[in-house]
Amino acid sequence: MSSVGVNVPELDSIELGLFVQALHKRHGYDFSGYAPASLKRRVRLLADQLHCKTITGLTERMLHEPQLLPSVLEGLTVPTSDMFRDPAAFRALREQVFPLLASYPQINIWQAGCAHGQEVYSLAILLEEAGLYDRTQIFATDLSDRALQRASDGIYPGKDAQQWSRNYQAAGGTHSLADYCSAGYKLIKFHQRLRRHVTFAVHNLAIDGVFREAHLILCRNVLIYFSDALQDRALALFRDSLVRGGFLCLGLRENLNQAPHAQDFLPFDAALRIFRLAGRADGTYA
Amino acid sequence: MSTPAAIAIGCSAGGVDALKAVLGGLDARLSQAIVVCLHSRSDTVDMLRSVLSRISPLPVTEAVERQPVQSGVVHLAPSGYHLLVESDLHFALSIDPRVNHARPSIDVLFHSAAEAWRGGLLGMVLTGANADGAAGLRRIRQLGGLAVVQSPADAEAAAMPQAALEIAGADYCVPLLDIAPLLNRLCLA
Repeated sequence: MSSVGVNVPELDSIELGLFVQALHKRHGYDFSGYAPASLKRRVRLLADQLHCKTITGLTERMLHEPQLLPSVLEGLTVPTSDMFRDPAAFRALREQVFPLLASYPQINIWQAGCAHGQEVYSLAILLEEAGLYDRTQIFATDLSDRALQRASDGIYPGKDAQQWSRNYQAAGGTHSLADYCSAGYKLIKFHQRLRRHVTFAVHNLAIDGVFREAHLILCRNVLIYFSDALQDRALALFRDSLVRGGFLCLGLRENLNQAPHAQDFLPFDAALRIFRLAGRADGTYA
Repeated sequence: MSTPAAIAIGCSAGGVDALKAVLGGLDARLSQAIVVCLHSRSDTVDMLRSVLSRISPLPVTEAVERQPVQSGVVHLAPSGYHLLVESDLHFALSIDPRVNHARPSIDVLFHSAAEAWRGGLLGMVLTGANADGAAGLRRIRQLGGLAVVQSPADAEAAAMPQAALEIAGADYCVPLLDIAPLLNRLCLA
């Protein structure tokens, strides 16, 4: 075994650390709290896409070509998502959570880390069918401008339409998903009227503060990319944003056991990772 | 070659039967952590866990994000997520795009596991119908780990072990029934 081979991963980690530091100093985006394995994978993919042989090559381009920043942020942050991914969770929102939200005259929902917006449209459709949408405001945030633009466009590859349609039915949809979008050649576009109560805004869970008072926060499969400390920071932010008894909906495989602030939330449906902000010490909601 | 600290297994079409053969033949004294990536539909991991639990002398569990990898335990990748191993030997999940049409992808698991365990990892590719796992196995070998590949002629679907042999090569290429005895020998050494 050559010494070069043995040193490769070590070198990569050094380069990754320098890249993260450079991105923070140059553009103010702090990825130091991201879980390293996925971050390293994304940075390498980004280096490949931008024809850089090494992470250091990517660092150089990022430093000297500021116009690359949107591509860099998009590459580092945006996971693909699906409409109604985990239909059971959306069914629970529709059947268990919405009836409780219905008691509020005005409902604020914060979708934190909305990526390309598939779940924003999923949520809007559910609210429409529940008759709640016209007194709801959805705040959809992401740290990437480009992701927000895509979310706002609401245009997706048509190849996913069949699966999404099945998901929609499994989530308890009462119409047909086709009623909410127009299908073109290889693309589907969700109707713009679904966006009428959506505000898209830049927000970075790693550094920004409370965004808006919310009755429901959706943040599915975003915290899985965070270190334990950053996951806990986000949970504190959600606690401070939610009204008492407000709901937090996470991804189905998210684990809060390491997070001190998890104790501020009570399981509402533990298997579906739906929580309620704890009220008083006795666990009641005032 | 030192005794492996961990074993990473990838398989696809025909993988359930292959895993039964491999895990069923393991020695209960094995102290290695075992991490398995099987391409599967969303409803099959629970079933897979109960099927494998019945025949494996080692406990079988679904890998949980942020939890440490455990010695002497078989961890299954949840479906719908990539499974990664952090360098501090905790699990991480991602919903990044599919790799080789798969999520979980064997390549994603192997790359991260190779960097976490380096020379202490034994990577294994079993039956399957695409080339996922080949690049990851090459990475495992680059970093000093061992590679075991099921003989393509013996596999229910030959494409995956064949691709692994072509792209990564192998330290051992053996029929399915010989894999468990080989692992016992390498891991109890």
